[in-house]
Amino acid sequence: MEAIAYQGVTKKFNNSEVNSVDHVSATIAEGEFITILGSSGCGKTTLLKMTNRLYEPTEGKIILFGEDISTVDPIVVRRRMGYVIQQVGLFPHMTIEDNIAAIPKLSKWDKERINNRVTELLELIDLDPATYRKRYPSQLSGGQQQRVGLARALVTDPKIMLMDEPFGAIDAITRLNLQNELKKIHDEMKKTFLLVTHDINEAFKLGDRVMIMNAGRLLQFDTPRNIVQNPADEFVDTLIRSARDQEEFWEAVKI
Amino acid sequence: MIEYLRSHPDKIINPFIEHIELVLVTLVISVAIAVILTMLCVRFERLGFILLQLFSVIYSIPSLALFALLIPITGLGFKTAVIVLVFYNQYLLLRNFLVGIGEVDPAVTEAAKGIGMKPMQVLWKIQVPLARKALFAGIRLAVISTIGIGTIASSINAGGLGDLLFDGLRTMNTVKILWGSILSAGLAIGINALLKYISDRDSSQTGHEREP
Repeated sequence: MEAIAYQGVTKKFNNSEVNSVDHVSATIAEGEFITILGSSGCGKTTLLKMTNRLYEPTEGKIILFGEDISTVDPIVVRRRMGYVIQQVGLFPHMTIEDNIAAIPKLSKWDKERINNRVTELLELIDLDPATYRKRYPSQLSGGQQQRVGLARALVTDPKIMLMDEPFGAIDAITRLNLQNELKKIHDEMKKTFLLVTHDINEAFKLGDRVMIMNAGRLLQFDTPRNIVQNPADEFVDTLIRSARDQEEFWEAVKI
Repeated sequence: MIEYLRSHPDKIINPFIEHIELVLVTLVISVAIAVILTMLCVRFERLGFILLQLFSVIYSIPSLALFALLIPITGLGFKTAVIVLVFYNQYLLLRNFLVGIGEVDPAVTEAAKGIGMKPMQVLWKIQVPLARKALFAGIRLAVISTIGIGTIASSINAGGLGDLLFDGLRTMNTVKILWGSILSAGLAIGINALLKYISDRDSSQTGHEREP
């Protein structure tokens, strides 16, 4: 089953001459882990934000599980999806528990169900429920905060998770751990993950398939192996070569 | 002065109570209207800009002139005074409310929106609690300005401490002028201190919740 289908999706902002996202078409199967790779300003975040209707496309359609999202209330669309951003955006005036339970509370789940779900999620993200549920975001490290951000997005058990550079502001070692955990969570849950990043290593490591974007256009959308073996154009080629150069640098320093 | 208070207690206490009444009625109506306007401005962004321009123009009209302008429409008295004071307060309240809400970390509002909160839920559950210091500052400012401008409302028979002041001026009675000044300044200082105390206590209780 197709989880997401982009059909000629285009976004032109009012104050801009060019299309920020330019006729992007792609289909994503349920359960895939897709990474969207590109430098800043390439339109990757805009594409992601159109998927949960934070932005509206100027042209084209986005279909989720066979349903055109422009016909669905944006609030409903967003509640069906998890959303994680780089700055995390935890609510500083609420405890970890209340952060995770924000939407369930608004949807009037009963207390016991909320409690159980929070415990379950805190265990999933490796934070001891007894220690952490009553703490406030400012008492947590950056990595822990982003774990909570992930738990908050997973709370309603959405079929699709949207993540906008979730590990962009996190130190290298913690980032590596979080990447591995995210991969594990994906393998266990078989949800459709969409993760935006500008880090080629992250994109190729996590993605079953990688979308490479530049200047609003989707240049290549394939498995990491196929992209490395057959770069679609010069830009993709340069991108891969830059990653290789870095690798060579590390090899060189080793000796 | 104490002698005057002893011989004519009602001449001092009555205007004082009238004044508090004027301030309270004005405050309740002002805050209610400002909350509704803020909610509309959150929904429609351009509206905030337009309303603030409008209220800043009204705010710049001297109070005496505004009272006079309204007399043909709403007549003399308490009602007209409240209307004018409410208009003045809208500038102070709306500006502080909108700035306060605008200063909430955009990442937090984006996350709230992104996980599926409705605009009014984002406002009440996230923006208002996080901006409450600025909201409180706006209310404090409005109260103090109402206490001050409220004395001029006596010129249209709205009563209050202005009666004492203007009476004193007309009859060159220093004691009355002093009582009027002391009470209105004292009221402003007292209420300011009270509101500041409440606001500080609130933020010290919840201070650790804020981001470092």
